[in-house]
Amino acid sequence: MNQAPTIFNPSTLATATLESVRKLDPRHVVKSPVMFVVEVSAVLITGIWVAQALGVSGSGVGDAPAWFSFTVAVLLWLTVLFANFAESVAEGRGKAQADALRSMRSDTQARMTDGTTRPAADLAQGDLVVVETGETIPGDGTIVEGIASVDESAITGESAPVIREAGGDRSAVTGGTRVLSDRIVVEITQQPGQSFLDRMIALIEGASRKKTPNEIALNILLAGLTIVFLAVVLTLAPFADYAGTPVSVVMLASLLIALIPTTIGALLPAIGIAGMDRLVRRNVLALSGRSVEASGDVDVLLLDKTGTITLGNRQAHEFVPMPGVSETDLAEAAQIASLADETPEGRSIVILAKQLGIREHDFGDAQPEFVPFTAETRMSGVDFAGNRLRKGAGDAILGWIESQGGRAPAELGPALERIAKDGGTPLAVSRDSQVLGVIHLKDVVKEGMSERFDQLRAMGIRTVMVTGDNPLTAAKIADEAGVDDFLAEATPEAKLELIRNEQSSGRMVAMTGDGTNDAPALAQADVGVAMNTGTQAAREAGNMVDLDSNPTKLIEIVEVGKQLLITRGALTTFSIANDVAKYFAILPAMFAATYALAGESEGPLASLNIMHLGTPESAILSALIFNALVIPALVPLALRGVSYRPVGATALLRRNLLIYGVGGLILPFVGIKLIDLIVHGIFGV
Amino acid sequence: MDWPGIGQLALLVGLLTALTPLLGGYMARVFSGERVWLTPLLAPVERGALRLFGAEAERDQNWKRYGLSLLAFSAASWVVLYLILATQSIHPWNPQGLGAMPWDVNFNTTTSFVTNTNWQFYAGETTLSNFSQMAGLAVQNFVSAAVGIAVAIALIRGIVSRSGDSLGNFWRDLTRAILYILLPLSILATIFFISQGVIQNLSDYVRLTTLTGHEQVLGMGPNASQEAIKLIGTNGGGFFNVNSAMPFSNPSGLTNFVQVFLILLIPTALTATFGRMVGSRRQGWAIFAAMMALFLVAVVVVHLAESNGSPAQHLAGIAGGNMEGKETRFGISGSSLFAAVTTVASCGAVNAAMESLTGLGGAVPMANMMTGEVIFGGVGAGLYGMLMMVLLAVFLAGLMVGRTPEYLGKRIGAREVKLVAIAALATPLTMLAGSGLAMATKWGDPSIYNGGPQGFSETLYAYVSQAANNGSAFAGYTGFLQPNGDNVGAFGITFADLMGSAALFAGRFIPIIAILAVAGALAGKRVAPEGAGTFRTDNPTFVVLLIGVVLLVALLTFVPALLLGPIVQSLSEGLFA
Repeated sequence: MNQAPTIFNPSTLATATLESVRKLDPRHVVKSPVMFVVEVSAVLITGIWVAQALGVSGSGVGDAPAWFSFTVAVLLWLTVLFANFAESVAEGRGKAQADALRSMRSDTQARMTDGTTRPAADLAQGDLVVVETGETIPGDGTIVEGIASVDESAITGESAPVIREAGGDRSAVTGGTRVLSDRIVVEITQQPGQSFLDRMIALIEGASRKKTPNEIALNILLAGLTIVFLAVVLTLAPFADYAGTPVSVVMLASLLIALIPTTIGALLPAIGIAGMDRLVRRNVLALSGRSVEASGDVDVLLLDKTGTITLGNRQAHEFVPMPGVSETDLAEAAQIASLADETPEGRSIVILAKQLGIREHDFGDAQPEFVPFTAETRMSGVDFAGNRLRKGAGDAILGWIESQGGRAPAELGPALERIAKDGGTPLAVSRDSQVLGVIHLKDVVKEGMSERFDQLRAMGIRTVMVTGDNPLTAAKIADEAGVDDFLAEATPEAKLELIRNEQSSGRMVAMTGDGTNDAPALAQADVGVAMNTGTQAAREAGNMVDLDSNPTKLIEIVEVGKQLLITRGALTTFSIANDVAKYFAILPAMFAATYALAGESEGPLASLNIMHLGTPESAILSALIFNALVIPALVPLALRGVSYRPVGATALLRRNLLIYGVGGLILPFVGIKLIDLIVHGIFGV
Repeated sequence: MDWPGIGQLALLVGLLTALTPLLGGYMARVFSGERVWLTPLLAPVERGALRLFGAEAERDQNWKRYGLSLLAFSAASWVVLYLILATQSIHPWNPQGLGAMPWDVNFNTTTSFVTNTNWQFYAGETTLSNFSQMAGLAVQNFVSAAVGIAVAIALIRGIVSRSGDSLGNFWRDLTRAILYILLPLSILATIFFISQGVIQNLSDYVRLTTLTGHEQVLGMGPNASQEAIKLIGTNGGGFFNVNSAMPFSNPSGLTNFVQVFLILLIPTALTATFGRMVGSRRQGWAIFAAMMALFLVAVVVVHLAESNGSPAQHLAGIAGGNMEGKETRFGISGSSLFAAVTTVASCGAVNAAMESLTGLGGAVPMANMMTGEVIFGGVGAGLYGMLMMVLLAVFLAGLMVGRTPEYLGKRIGAREVKLVAIAALATPLTMLAGSGLAMATKWGDPSIYNGGPQGFSETLYAYVSQAANNGSAFAGYTGFLQPNGDNVGAFGITFADLMGSAALFAGRFIPIIAILAVAGALAGKRVAPEGAGTFRTDNPTFVVLLIGVVLLVALLTFVPALLLGPIVQSLSEGLFA
């Protein structure tokens, strides 16, 4: 799903064009009050032109010439079409992805545990189906029996297969994915037609798109502005009559369309769809537009320590020998004790020892007997050639050597404490009844995280690290990573409590989670991002799913949310600022002859015609052409989103006000003048 | 600008800036129920007054109850005032034996004073008895001003409130505004005006023969006390027809300065009251700064336009600026300052003929009112109007920092935007609708005195002023004709009177109800704590943005009308009949 963004490829363009005509349906246009006014005006002026062409009209005061009515009507229809086009292009980008998904869904046959088969579409919640090597999983569900490697590339784009197994946090499977090996029994958890895939398709196509709270508020404001301009234009008719220079209905309607915020009105739906789409491109699926918007408002990010802030695993960092033991001696013992330890920690011990010059061992005839780690002993090791090497938690080793009749050196306690205080995990190493020393296992903070957190701080977002570590260790790592706060010895309940506390003091909280026990917190958070590898419960509780299961992505999600709001605000500001130039273009030209002294063709207001546009007609047409063309011109920006920089709010505001506010004041002066040069100079309007 | 003009302006700005935190802080304490130095004296009076209003004065009111109390009070005020004016012939203190004004003029006048507008189709000395002035109009000058302050305070409480839906209590706020603020200031101002020669009596009118042998009648009455509240409460309704141009009302340059100072005193100070009550004085100063910047531009433009005169005057060989309709004792600087002050604040008192301003000079008072009276504005009304502009600016630009817009920690959602749009757009829409109807139906034509763009400006000014609850006028537009110089045989122009009343009502009560609803929607909302990503509303960037939004809303709505009225007039060399 990570194909390069193609805004204008020929086939989507053709579809979008067809769609924009279909969307002229007033029942569709009425959703945007601004565009509805444009369409009504277009119908009205087309009517006037038809009447003029048939020779019916001519009764009204100051009627416009027929060619002018025709041109205006065409321009207004184009404006509506461009608006529809913007929306269709945004939708079209998702359509291709949706089609690919839809093909996956079709005609899978589900094999039930009782041996019967039925079409996947008929599966109901609670059905048990069997899936074997090479078969496609017929619906969303939880594995109740077996383990399998599953190819999920169809939905995640990730080609490496993933392991799914019954029980635990990796039991969820998605319909449409393929089992590569082994056999599993899946209990279906979806309602018919409501699968993850179905929802994904609907979301991508924008079919289930509801207006978000913020979009509704903005629409109300745009409707308010439209009403004001309607009043301006309606009252201008008697005012102009009184001044002795009546204005035709076509002119008034043109002025109205030039003034109402058509730019933002046309692009608003596209901006919303594109916001969802940008998330999809980052392999994040928002289950509602509301959550995308909310992610821009997030004040607090809860980030899991492991995998997000630190590399997944601890690494051996140093060997701390006890008095009378050399470092190499300790390293060698540690290495041997870890040879059979396949955990990343164990491997890192072997590697660290190698760096100290300790090579492979020849056990000779001695048959080494490896002692695996168990929850009861909390240590592991090896017995060979009469030596019993052990490594494990400090108190576990202490107990072990005391049972062997040994005594811990006085230096052990302080060494263990120092490492814990440094945020590390100490592992004691013993040979028979002697403690050799301690291995310092350290959490390694991912590179670049502290810069990331600085950026977040500049955005006004506080980061809270969540970890099961003790407070001492947690504080050290939090300090090293540069997070603002931490929650140590975190239980799911503590997490939920933390979220509630933050929310009750007015903050918006985002978090990631994958386990079933994360589900309550995911549901409570304003933005809950479930990992796709997580359980079905977690995926249901969150309002977004990250298909890459990358917890760091939360930061990108916040940026997309902010971008969405900024794009709306910027284009609204641009749209309104444009009006100043349009007034300057249209009004002096419209009233150039008003109160002209006897014998003069131009009145006092002609001196305000600073743009020197050709004629009132060419001024109006130029403004309307600019008004229409600016919509497709801004489609790429609407789809891409206004760039976001993590600087403070004031700096961001100043920058965007300059670009879209001041720019919006100036650009139409230039644009309308250029268009007028063509319209008036070349076509002779 | 000349030095007297600059000096006066500098002194005015300095005084107001110095007094803003003092009076503002005092008002914040009054409305927070804290003890002030007048408490020992006024607390018993307050308790007595509140007992009159019954149990409703004891409880906390949500926005609906607050609004209903306000509407009930205003309706009762309207009925009482209408009846007082209608029964004038049986009043005491009626030295001229004046009868009642026609019903339609009464309707307009009553509405005008209940809405803190004081638009006057009538001339005080030839229409009203002293009893009507004192018991009728002056009472409304106090209470309508207090209503405006109460709404502003209720809005602040809604913005601040963190729990519950209470906006305070209308009756308590009303009583406190009158007792602790308006009355003490008015008493001081009255004493000052009397000391400067403003008349205060219940005498018969004085008949005298002038040096040229003409007989002249000089109106008398309790003027100084009316002057004080007319200015302090931004009411503006003159005791005499020529308002503050009358020597009995405004005898000297000094009183003229004190008058403009009094008009702006409470509106400026309320910004500090706001800052104190929301717990951040910077927020108050930011609003003050935006208002002050717009005000200074207004003063400078009027002054320059009037010193420069118009093209038509130049053509006629008149040099030295436009002195038509101005008092020589105030000159261009004193008159320009007054014209700007009275229209930024929705006062409407005048010391010169607004009708006689140059085209551009006349465009400024109109433009001031077209902002919806948010540049200091009426007592209370200016602050609550400006806060609507603030919310509009916050919503528009707040999106551009990538968060759901919030003001002082409260999120601005669809409901708030809807109400803010109603509150902020009702007044401009009323202005357009009033003038549009008057022009389109031709029913407004009998009221127009001049021809050409001036006639249009008169109409526009009339509905702009009434909808903005300002009350100043391009005097040409009339709704009352007195063939005999008094109420005998006088008749109203019903359309002008009633259309004006509709504009008065709509311009006052639609915003007030919408604003109380905004306060109700904000009250009890969770407050998001401030962070680096929070959109700041107390720094220069926001002040510039706010000024931009105020100007943009006014300009986009009124540029066509301004072009066809004052602007074309100011560019034209022609004379219009």
